[in-house]
Amino acid sequence: MSVNNRLDARFAELRAANQAGFISFTVAGDPDYETSLKLLQALPAAGVDVIELGMPFTDPMADGAAIQAADLRALAGGMTLVKTLQMVREFRALNTTTPIVLMGYYNPIYSYGAEKFARDAAQAGVDGLIIVDLPPEEDEEFRPAAQKAGMYVIRLTTPTTNEKRLPAVLSNSGGFLYYVSITGITGAATASEQQVQNAIARLKQHSKLPVAVGFGIKDAAGAQTVARHADAVVVGSAIVQTVERNLNCRHELVTNVCTYVQTLSTAVHDARKKAAA
Amino acid sequence: MNKTALNTNASRPNSFKTGPDERGHFGLFGGRFVAETLMPLILEVEKAYNAAKADPSFQQELDYYMEHYAGRPSPLYFAKRLTEHLNGAKIYFKRDELNHTGSHKINNCMGQILLARRMGKKRIIAETGAGQHGVATATVAALFDLPCTVYMGAVDIERQKPNVFRMKLLGATVVPVKSGSHTLKDAMNEALRDWVTNVEDTFYIIGTAAGPHPYPAMVRDFQSVIGKELRGQMMKAESRLPDSLVACIGGGSNAIGLFYEFLDEPTVKMYGVEAGGHGIETGKHAASLNGGRPGVLHGNRTYLLQDADGQILEGDSISAGLDYPGIGPEHSYLFDTKRVNYVSATDNEALAAFQLCCKMEGIIPALEPAHALAYVTKLAPTLPKDHLMVMNLCGRGDKDIFNVAEKLGVTL
Ligand SMILES: Cc1ncc(COP(=O)(O)O)c(C=O)c1O
Repeated sequence: MSVNNRLDARFAELRAANQAGFISFTVAGDPDYETSLKLLQALPAAGVDVIELGMPFTDPMADGAAIQAADLRALAGGMTLVKTLQMVREFRALNTTTPIVLMGYYNPIYSYGAEKFARDAAQAGVDGLIIVDLPPEEDEEFRPAAQKAGMYVIRLTTPTTNEKRLPAVLSNSGGFLYYVSITGITGAATASEQQVQNAIARLKQHSKLPVAVGFGIKDAAGAQTVARHADAVVVGSAIVQTVERNLNCRHELVTNVCTYVQTLSTAVHDARKKAAA
Repeated sequence: MNKTALNTNASRPNSFKTGPDERGHFGLFGGRFVAETLMPLILEVEKAYNAAKADPSFQQELDYYMEHYAGRPSPLYFAKRLTEHLNGAKIYFKRDELNHTGSHKINNCMGQILLARRMGKKRIIAETGAGQHGVATATVAALFDLPCTVYMGAVDIERQKPNVFRMKLLGATVVPVKSGSHTLKDAMNEALRDWVTNVEDTFYIIGTAAGPHPYPAMVRDFQSVIGKELRGQMMKAESRLPDSLVACIGGGSNAIGLFYEFLDEPTVKMYGVEAGGHGIETGKHAASLNGGRPGVLHGNRTYLLQDADGQILEGDSISAGLDYPGIGPEHSYLFDTKRVNYVSATDNEALAAFQLCCKMEGIIPALEPAHALAYVTKLAPTLPKDHLMVMNLCGRGDKDIFNVAEKLGVTL
């Protein structure tokens, strides 16, 4: 596994600073290529520690209405997997430190050619991959190639991933563990602080990887609560909805979304200081 | 792009009935391509289904309801006038349109709801396109007093109003799906989203032999009663096996139900008829095998309608029940191994066959089997008179009369 992966470096920095990390989720090409690239380039300055970038798909089964709509906006704007990698390449030309994790579904990758995609994504500057519908039972045709190219395969664990299944989910996963804090889809219900705390403690018994918590975190207050316990917090639907609200003023979209993202990242970064005070 | 000539790689196995393997694969196809949010649920269904299969009382209970409630066995009927008209093969209909609720869908729904009861589930969900599976699910849910929610694309709700009302009469909640393209594939996405949200109490009754393992195998098993009955009925009528079987293909459940019993009978030829829409060459069709390529959707690898980027395309067919961009994975396997011939019939051919069946046999068929019949009208005249051909008449056409009237320019 890669020793130079940007995810390792970033989580080491966060640990040293005793801070939880903030992970933003946006969809590549939403609402159009240019705006989406500008947004990507502006996210690190708004306090984003890790960028999770959605690869749009027509049938995002694990996602709620907000992210589905974002995927369709991007596709309507002509987004493709080739262009998503191009966007990462353009981002990397100006930023060599912020880790990028691509998140999406397997069919576009399979269609692109799994091994070719692994090579091209790593070359473009991708650090990790979340392929929602490629579970450990089916990923032998892709995971080894991705790992060989220096990327981490990041797996989702859920409240229903029981002790029997957990080892299979954890094996061969790297970078961080993505804990889905609710049973459901992105943007749905919210878990209680106690539930999240217990779940993280359980995962830490099985793995040394940092734990990021996502799905169902809707605002700065919720993000701050989770950040007291998790190594990182992921917010997706709420950011994507902010993109949606700014569709009619695209020249201000990047600024407006980043203002919102800054409130989230600040809440996450301050969580432990506040809890200690 | 992943356009490998799979046909050339597939070797002919000793038996076509051994699939799937323990991880749900039929050769390259099938499997469990699902999010972790769904995985524990389908593992639970698999475990419960394996236990039910091994328990004779489960099959006894199913047999009881199939006979006394659904009306099985369905007759094997010699279509005499049609045979004379086509002047070739001897044509039989397997009359699954005579089942309660008017199609083969009840065979599967009854099996799955009995499983849901064994698992102690308290709520039923389903997806539906034409509404036949939704009606069959709402029916068994009413029978066993379980609340039922059916997801249906907003476009299909408009197209299939009578079935929407039927479901409501049966006590089901019909949820219009307004995500994606508002049709069957989106209804399936939405049902899956419901399921991962309501993990404890809900059972998802999938309507065709597709989805993640164990659904393709389980739905096939429940539908294969069609072929099993046919074997005995044909032996009684003709003292030998049929020579050819013809069935329409949406997701492929009625077809696999007819074929499965005979897959290892080398003399039995099989034809799966996909929806050719406006014609395969126009790109406006729902023929996943003849006009698609392998991909991953709804939990399994199978042939899919998709663009160059791997985005899923909409099907296009006069028949809402065939309008699905994928196909059950076992059919993809039977296609690559060439055991079954997959052909297609266009909207217009189906419409002509629909009318022919009404006038010749006094049977109003559903538009789905009208596709199978369209192919029968082409194939039968080329065959000798002692050739025994069986078509699965898997649904009745009451639900389609409004649609057909419109196509024929008639105002009701
Ligand atoms: C009468 C009838 N036949 C066929 C189908 C297609 O499904 P399958 O290919 O699973 O049999 C449907 C689906 O709605 C149907 O209603």
